[in-house]
Amino acid sequence: MRCQKFRGVVEMYEELKAIVGEENVSKEPEELYIYSSDPGTMPPVKPDYVVMPKTTEEVQKIVLLANKHKVPVVPMGGALSLSGLVRPLRGGIVVDMKRMDRIIEVNERARYAVVEAGVSEGRLKAYLDKKYPSLRISTPDAPPIATVTANALIHGSGRLSQIYGFHSEMVTGMEVVLPTGEVCRVGSCSVSPYWFSRSPLPDLAGLFIGWFGRTGIVTKLGIKLFPKHRYRDVMIFVTENPSYVSDVIWKVAHTEMAEDITVWAQPKPEWAEGFQHTTIYVTADSEEELEFKEKIIRNALMDYIKQKEGGFLYLTPAMKAMFLQEPMSQLVRFADVRKGGGFEYVGAILPVDLFDVAYQRGLEIVERLGVDWAFSIRIIGRSHCMMFAYAYPFNRADEEDVERARKALHETNKAVLEMGGIPWKAEAPAQQLILESMDEGAKRLIKSVIEMLDPNGVMNPGNWEVK
Amino acid sequence: MMEKVNYAEIVHRCFRCGYCKFPSDYSEINCPSYAKYRFETYFSGGRMWLIRAWMNNEIEWSEHLGEIMYSCSTCRNCVEHCVFKFNEQLVDVFIAARSDMVERGQVPKKVGEFFSNLAKFGNPWGYAARRLEWVGRDYANNEFLLHAGCVATYDDRAKRSLKALLELLDAVGVDYGVFSDEICEGNEAMVMGEFGLFEQLMEQNRRRFEERGVKKVLTPDPHAFNAFKNYYGMDAVHHTQLLWNLVNNGELKVRRVKEKLTYHDPCFLGRWNGVYKEPRKLLSRIGSLYEMPRNRKDSFCCGGGSGNFYTDYLGGKDSPARIRVKEAAETAEILVTSCPVCLMMLDNAVSDEGLELEVRDISEVVLEALKS
Ligand SMILES: Cc1cc2nc3c(=O)[nH]c(=O)nc-3n(C[C@H](O)[C@H](O)[C@H](O)COP(=O)(O)OP(=O)(O)OC[C@H]3O[C@@H](n4cnc5c(N)ncnc54)[C@H](O)[C@@H]3O)c2cc1C
Ligand code: SF4
Ligand code: SF4
Repeated sequence: MRCQKFRGVVEMYEELKAIVGEENVSKEPEELYIYSSDPGTMPPVKPDYVVMPKTTEEVQKIVLLANKHKVPVVPMGGALSLSGLVRPLRGGIVVDMKRMDRIIEVNERARYAVVEAGVSEGRLKAYLDKKYPSLRISTPDAPPIATVTANALIHGSGRLSQIYGFHSEMVTGMEVVLPTGEVCRVGSCSVSPYWFSRSPLPDLAGLFIGWFGRTGIVTKLGIKLFPKHRYRDVMIFVTENPSYVSDVIWKVAHTEMAEDITVWAQPKPEWAEGFQHTTIYVTADSEEELEFKEKIIRNALMDYIKQKEGGFLYLTPAMKAMFLQEPMSQLVRFADVRKGGGFEYVGAILPVDLFDVAYQRGLEIVERLGVDWAFSIRIIGRSHCMMFAYAYPFNRADEEDVERARKALHETNKAVLEMGGIPWKAEAPAQQLILESMDEGAKRLIKSVIEMLDPNGVMNPGNWEVK
Repeated sequence: MMEKVNYAEIVHRCFRCGYCKFPSDYSEINCPSYAKYRFETYFSGGRMWLIRAWMNNEIEWSEHLGEIMYSCSTCRNCVEHCVFKFNEQLVDVFIAARSDMVERGQVPKKVGEFFSNLAKFGNPWGYAARRLEWVGRDYANNEFLLHAGCVATYDDRAKRSLKALLELLDAVGVDYGVFSDEICEGNEAMVMGEFGLFEQLMEQNRRRFEERGVKKVLTPDPHAFNAFKNYYGMDAVHHTQLLWNLVNNGELKVRRVKEKLTYHDPCFLGRWNGVYKEPRKLLSRIGSLYEMPRNRKDSFCCGGGSGNFYTDYLGGKDSPARIRVKEAAETAEILVTSCPVCLMMLDNAVSDEGLELEVRDISEVVLEALKS
């Protein structure tokens, strides 16, 4: 029997208590209320229970219990993907993974870490800063409670993505509780005590990456670490014509001197309106190296400067400090633009070449719908693609305002697909839009994979639902 | 009347982003109630959303909601680390929401007991005994009124630290007296949202201060210090400030102790009132001070504030106090603090954890340095 909308049963509460202990399970209205939504625009859906396991064995028992009662299970990290992905679309058990917060191993020489699924980006960063100062993760600009695991599983990106790609590409292995309750390892750790690589085996990690918890609960993750350099600087190149930006990015990426490249454009504050700001991060181990790299980047953009089509912004020390902060906490303040504690974005994964088209389509939508906005773009790979975030703030106390943002998000999702891009971490309705455009063979494969791995349909049903 | 923040204008502005769960470097969970419970309901963001839901009748008041609200120790870590512009008002929002709950008679059982004991007996435990007769120095136009506060008066461990302080004051000849029938200054009633009771206690205290000509209050209790300084508008001195002055100007001559010291910042002294330097200067003069990873504005609360030393919502095996003493044990041999509530909480936690660590009030350390 497939899993339909479930209503709680008394005995299940007792069984969950026996698994995780009374203090780590709740069916109280307060927890059910909070766990029914994330900070984005998606309407709330209440779970029946919230549980917080501490070990893989506990996760396994929860999943087995879910199978016994045919009850949905929804894994949750920091609940910060903003697109309502941790709402239990068919009710059931929300599994808050954050008590599983051990950093199990750091292999300094092979440059990887093994973490439990609840380890936050903030904690891993702090741990490395303190104990392994020559190593770093590719920090996303998400608030620091976001989990390393969920971020990698949803194809997140961060400060090193321009060099090394999506965070999902940095995964070296994982331990997963399958929807049937079996535990399995994928990557080198399935053969060896070392979690160094997914190659050269059949790449089973793909069964769990990009699925929004639809195919299993990852309990441990191996993630690549990278060299941390002594010097870090930021430069901002400003243009007033969006059609130049993809070339600017291409040229900077071509130098291979930049660590991270982002672009932002927004109508407020006034001085920023109408401009595109390409933010270029440079790292080095000496001042000479830093100077050299910055010089090469400047030279790469010299034509724009000479033709007065662009120039580098003077940055005060305070501005530099703000841009160099990891994660950049300033970003979250966008939620206060309408004094209403909310924003959500469509993160469009697009070829960099489409920058101008994507920019103009975005402007057309915001002007037509009259919404506040900011565009924030991160380059992934050496301009292999970009994550173009169309961010819309809203006032959560004003339902009409929320609805306006929802509409803008929906229209943007559609526009992105029309442009040939793909919405990242798509909300359930946007997943349907993607599926509508998807190759039939790929859809059948998605359906078969889900049916094979999850015969009872208990794992986060409602996501990637091929009709 | 106490000014109540209009939280209806603020609560919906919380994004539930969780910056407020952390210290500056994101290394650990730094909200004591979230550290203990780990449900998203138990941190600042969860509380903001729940208050809004309660205000909009999306959830009803319940004992559980009350416990969530009162397990906040008002430590102000969230105020320090929330990145939004309303950060300064976060704790005021919690206090105001509690106050509205109190007005509707919606308080959890243990909180109700706390209030009724305070109202009837002038202390949270309902002890009937007069408080400070044993000191034998009734206030008579002295330079300072020494206000001990409830915990230093009644808790045995904290009382020992009060005695050490009195011994020090006597050793230098500080001119102080006590009210042997001291009554609570009401700081906890205020932060727990019982504004009526707080105003009543403030009124009583003020009348007595006026009648007996009190101008300056000296207290070892940061909670009382906070109330006197910020709500009574009085000239208030915390014992760390006085002791540092005495040591610094040579009136108290101290030698160095050999054990490694670390210092736990009490929330009502540190984050509430910005007193970070004096205790550190004092301890550095006496011995080798080693900082715990979480210190000053990033200090991790002992879990006793806002009546939690009585209600015990933050007790048990994952209690913040137990987390804190383990951190201290990795840093030093003596954990020094300067608050009777912290002293009591941390001392109990050391026994529960079976650690070698000693927990002392700063006055006890200064006294030892004086004698040695
Ligand atoms: C201000 C701001 C800036 C941001 N900047 C970035 C950025 O720079 N880069 C970036 O990548 N993202 C960014 N984000 C988006 C998002 O916050 C991050 O991607 C974040 O890392 C998501 O992690 P999480 O733990 O919050 O995931 P959640 O939202 O909790 O979960 C995401 C999905 O993963 C599933 N899941 C969670 N845990 C598991 C598990 N253990 N096993 C299987 N499935 C699981 C969930 O069911 C859900 O479908 C930003 C968000 C904000 C608010
Ligand atoms: S209180 Fe501030 S930091 Fe905490 S969740 Fe709300 S907005 Fe974020
Ligand atoms: S005041 Fe302290 S206990 Fe209360 S929500 Fe803020 S950080 Fe948590």
